[in-house]
Amino acid sequence: MKTKNIMIVGVGGQGSLLASKLLGRLLLDQGYDVKVSEVHGMSQRGGSVVTYVRFGDQVYSPIIDKGEADFIVSFELLEAARWTEYLQPGGHIVTNTQQINPMPVITGAASYPAGLAAEMAEKGISVDAFDALSLAVQAGSPKAVNLVLMGRLSRSFDFTEEQWMDAIQKSVPEKFLEMNRTAFRLGRDA
Amino acid sequence: MKMLMLGNEAVARGLYEAGCAVVSSYPGTPSTEITEAVAKFPEVYAEWAPNEKVAMETAFGASLAGKRAFCGMKHVGLNVAADPLFTLSYTGVNGGLVIAVADDAGMHSSQNEQDSRHYARAAKLPMLEPADSAEGLAFAKLAYELSEQFDTPVLLKMCTRIAHSQSVVETGQRITPPEKPYVKNGPKYIMMPGNAKRRHPVVEERTRALMDWAETADINRIEDGPDKSMGILTSSTSYQYVKEVLGDTYPVLKLGMVWPLPVEKLRSFAAGVDKLVVVEELDGFLEAWCREIGLEVEGKSLFSAIDELSQNLVAAPLGKAPDAGVKLDAAIPPRPPVMCAGCPHRGLFYTLNKLKLTVLGDIGCYTLGAVPPLAAIDSTLCMGASFSGIHGFLKAGGDPKKTVAVIGDSTFMHSGMTGLVNIAYNESPATVIILDNSITGMTGHQQNPTTGFNLKGDPCTKIDLETLCRSVGIRRVRVVDPYNLKECETAIKEELEADEASVVISRRPCALLKYVKHKKPLTVDPSKCVGCKSCMKIGCPAIAIVDGKATVDATLCVGCGVCQQLCKFDALQGHEEV
Repeated sequence: MKTKNIMIVGVGGQGSLLASKLLGRLLLDQGYDVKVSEVHGMSQRGGSVVTYVRFGDQVYSPIIDKGEADFIVSFELLEAARWTEYLQPGGHIVTNTQQINPMPVITGAASYPAGLAAEMAEKGISVDAFDALSLAVQAGSPKAVNLVLMGRLSRSFDFTEEQWMDAIQKSVPEKFLEMNRTAFRLGRDA
Repeated sequence: MKMLMLGNEAVARGLYEAGCAVVSSYPGTPSTEITEAVAKFPEVYAEWAPNEKVAMETAFGASLAGKRAFCGMKHVGLNVAADPLFTLSYTGVNGGLVIAVADDAGMHSSQNEQDSRHYARAAKLPMLEPADSAEGLAFAKLAYELSEQFDTPVLLKMCTRIAHSQSVVETGQRITPPEKPYVKNGPKYIMMPGNAKRRHPVVEERTRALMDWAETADINRIEDGPDKSMGILTSSTSYQYVKEVLGDTYPVLKLGMVWPLPVEKLRSFAAGVDKLVVVEELDGFLEAWCREIGLEVEGKSLFSAIDELSQNLVAAPLGKAPDAGVKLDAAIPPRPPVMCAGCPHRGLFYTLNKLKLTVLGDIGCYTLGAVPPLAAIDSTLCMGASFSGIHGFLKAGGDPKKTVAVIGDSTFMHSGMTGLVNIAYNESPATVIILDNSITGMTGHQQNPTTGFNLKGDPCTKIDLETLCRSVGIRRVRVVDPYNLKECETAIKEELEADEASVVISRRPCALLKYVKHKKPLTVDPSKCVGCKSCMKIGCPAIAIVDGKATVDATLCVGCGVCQQLCKFDALQGHEEV
């Protein structure tokens, strides 16, 4: 099979590393070759962060380039908009509608653009924008946004709910397991 | 067992399996996780050294004593350790010695993007370069075999994309390396001129022997392809981009050892293709070697020596890049990294900015103090350069009443101490500030000599900064709380006025440390807020102006109260214990 590309984007500190860990676990268990590329160091300090997850028969490059992503999963709306050029024709964006102002917006040097999800749709991008934060809070913690988003993404794959749940169990600490399962189901079913 | 592993974790696993016994490193992105991961094996003694030079010399001592030893660092760390590196090439090893260096092409978290392969050539040392995690593990083990077989330290070169990418590895068992008790051998280990003169020819002969090894080594492999119009010489992450773009179309010579380089293997590979193309990140290092041995080659004329490569950057000159996706018309503001809410550095930098001081900066999270609105840093060069630099600045006529230097606790221990000794010894009236957040922050919370804990997390000797500064001859040493703006301002003004050197220790643990207790988030009383934006001067990500009034993001605010001290209308409320 052709290598599939998933980009996970967001703001440093939002928890994208758990999402990529979960995907890596699931895909490895399903017998794929997998590469996951993370960001460490300075950009983790509230900057724009991106994690690449690639899987297939044999994966070479650890990163995803412009025009290649099958999926972009975004923890924040502006970050989804930042990376649209990385989407391939027919690609799909799953994004949280939460807005986090970057420093240039906070200081007034720039403004947070309005109507981003609408513009994506106008430009023919397949986009699923929804309030993942509220669902995470409903599940028990705003930090569970990652699992809500993974639940939503799971709709686009043929893996069974059982396979996902198995990967979740292997990826999160026991005491947060139930909350993360709930968050995943809310994202998948909402 | 098959598992996904970060490149750095895979190297750590390889060290473990090879029977490595002693590890000493200094953290630096993207190298840090090697040492953090290997420290989890109880069979391995692992530590954070105060800097890379100490780490490498510690590893040398362990090798001398007969154990397999390791030290890891980022590219600029190897500059610090260059002194032992060059002469370790002469002494060789007893127990195997492996030195990992992680380059950061693209400068994800670095001040330059130097190419460490030049060190291998300059110091005449073999350098292995893995292209994924499986090779990271395998090459770490191979490096020990080469080290002991050829009596040489071996460099293991990582880069951000190999170090911080997870790929599939299969783990094995730890071996027990052969016993190599220390035997006194002055001519080999005492590098004074008479001995070193006899060791240099040994080094040259070793390089020749390693070149022979490189001719037939499995890790320098040719992957044949049907189309001989082009042959590609590559290594590391560049190899992955080449395979991604071109598949198995063209012959590829994939190097696992990037120094020393084979001659006959390259010549015969080149002879079998119409055109030899080198794909490598940063400098044209392999390309230059090809030219030296008389091969016609293309490389940097096609692929930039600046920034990291990617599959599209490899594909574009070959006419194969895919079209980019749709770009939105909306102007997307950048999202640079920022100081965290509650960062103890914020109050201090606000004060430096307010006093309009010239600030010589250093390497760490606090480099973010250069970003508006704090905009409080004038220079950032390398680890330790703030304290050394201010001394020169003042000797050259810089105004001691308007100049300070800032350095973090870990960076001070790394190489700020010697600069402070120079300030004391050669007597400049410098005011220098140690930003003591009680951790090595930027690289992800590593312990250091001032924290009272070691790499394994056990309590240990805690270096007392005040005592240290006084003991090198600084009489004026004082501690301030950077959450208290008035205290900061008073202290800095007084120390600037003093006619002798002073150290101000700005002390507050990093707000991200788990043991730090936060206060409740502040709230804004909209009836009192006049929208004057005074609270915006500190660049806190938790504060924004919405519809002309300040708002506080309760998910980010840790109740540090610095913004409250700027509000003349008492609009920011709270600052209570949880």
